[in-house]
Amino acid sequence: MANLIEIKGVTHAYRTKSGPLPVLDNLNIAVPEGEFAAVVGPSGCGKSTLTRLVAGLMKPDQGEVWLHGERVTSPRKTVGMAFQNPVLLEWRTILENVILPLEIVAPRMPQAEREARALHLLEMVGLKGFDSKRPSELSGGMRQRASLCRAIVHKPDVLIMDEPFGALDNFTREDLWQTMRDLRAAEPFTCVLITHDLRESVFLGDQVFVLSGRPARTQMVLNVDLPADRTLDILYQPKAQDMLHTLRDQIRIAQGRDGEMH
Amino acid sequence: METLQKIVVPILAVLLFLWAWEALVWVNDWPNYKMASPSDLPPAFWKFRWLFLEMGWQTLWRTVVGLGLAVLFGTLVGMIMGFSRIARDGLYPLLVGFNAIPKATLVPVISLIFIGQHDFNTVLMAFLISFFPIAVSVGIGLSTLEPEYRDILRSLGASRLTIFRKIALPKTLPEFFGALKVSVTLAFIGTNLVEIVAPHGRGLGALFKSGETNGDYPLMFAVLIALAALGILLYYAVLVLERIFAGWAERPQS
Ligand SMILES: Nc1ncnc2c1ncn2[C@@H]1O[C@H](COP(=O)(O)OP(=O)(O)OP(=O)(O)O)[C@@H](O)[C@H]1O
Ligand SMILES: [Mg+2]
Repeated sequence: MANLIEIKGVTHAYRTKSGPLPVLDNLNIAVPEGEFAAVVGPSGCGKSTLTRLVAGLMKPDQGEVWLHGERVTSPRKTVGMAFQNPVLLEWRTILENVILPLEIVAPRMPQAEREARALHLLEMVGLKGFDSKRPSELSGGMRQRASLCRAIVHKPDVLIMDEPFGALDNFTREDLWQTMRDLRAAEPFTCVLITHDLRESVFLGDQVFVLSGRPARTQMVLNVDLPADRTLDILYQPKAQDMLHTLRDQIRIAQGRDGEMH
Repeated sequence: METLQKIVVPILAVLLFLWAWEALVWVNDWPNYKMASPSDLPPAFWKFRWLFLEMGWQTLWRTVVGLGLAVLFGTLVGMIMGFSRIARDGLYPLLVGFNAIPKATLVPVISLIFIGQHDFNTVLMAFLISFFPIAVSVGIGLSTLEPEYRDILRSLGASRLTIFRKIALPKTLPEFFGALKVSVTLAFIGTNLVEIVAPHGRGLGALFKSGETNGDYPLMFAVLIALAALGILLYYAVLVLERIFAGWAERPQS
């Protein structure tokens, strides 16, 4: 299968007051169509930078980002994004928030069709009946669910998520992992998920990319050969436990290279 | 019960205030030229009722036009400052410096530049005095917009204009209305300043001055009351607009 996302030799440095800050160093990541890539790495190593490059919000100093066989130089309409902060617009209802990308990507789509699509997604993530509520009336987990709906409402072929469940409590987070799994089964997309939760990376990922400390390179790629219809129990089985151990060790190595130890 | 309280308490407070005022004048036996009492006011209003309507209208429209210009210009300057760092660094000291000038000193300057253009001068002053808070609030609101808000639309290839229309503009509305509440009061002050100071002025300010020249003290106090009423009217008009356009920013009461 062809690689839908291809990051080839990407190097990037931020220009700061105290000189250039190298963040990514010859990074290589390839994600086949329909696969789920989890990216883990020490704090501040350049993971968010990576998402911005893939989304075309920034251009790398060196190297190339390819999506769907096209070189990314600017934002594309076929990308969906979700962040740690759900960034819902407070002046819109949940339904109007979910519809937002369609207003940009499909300006001629009839409103009824947009709403039907959004309502369908809201039902899938368990927000049925909350469509006319304001974001401030929802809990953190519910807001993040709405944010997920918004990220995929326009059927993007690439979904980029930057620690989307990072601010949630453990149980809510595990709930959302399952929601993610079901969403993926219902409407396939290729996904890059940044996370600092190793269990999350194993539960959701087909591949886990471990980045080294800043400047980040691909330190290790782990193939998660677990079945697609995983349940939470699988995390407690020896196979997953082994993977978690491997990842844990890799993170320790990654942190060792960098001054920022945690 | 609660709504009743909301209506009755303010009315009682106003009545109490009027009664205390009347009592103060009566106890001290002050003549009208020292202080008019509330009971002198209705006759003054009635006697000059047509003047009050006409002058009140003059003051009102000039304030509103001046404020409208301030909103347009202030928003524009705020947008420029919000989107461009260079513009912000360049414009900010100019704006602060201009804002620091006591506006009363501008009245003679303006009247000299635009001699006899009373309407224009008044509107100009209302505008000059009131655009600053709007420009600053819009500028700060736009420049402090979290990048993630921008990124949700930017990652879809939305134009800057679309991002402004769909995200930045609505998001700054609460700050904008906060500033507008200050500006409406300022614009009102600006209008009255010119009306009072300029020779051959019109509007409630001019009526106040004519009361002074003719020694009609109840008229002067009546104008003060009329000004207060007009000021309240303008302020509440802004509140209503805020409710309509930025009502979402009000957190549900817990
Ligand atoms: N716009 C910027 N200008 C300058 N430096 C930046 C900028 N954005 C990020 N950095 C720096 O680049 C490094 C990588 O940032 P990035 O946000 O990509 O890290 P991250 O891996 O996402 O961190 P975290 O796990 O804490 O989210 C950090 O040291 C950060 O200080
Ligand atoms: Mg980050």
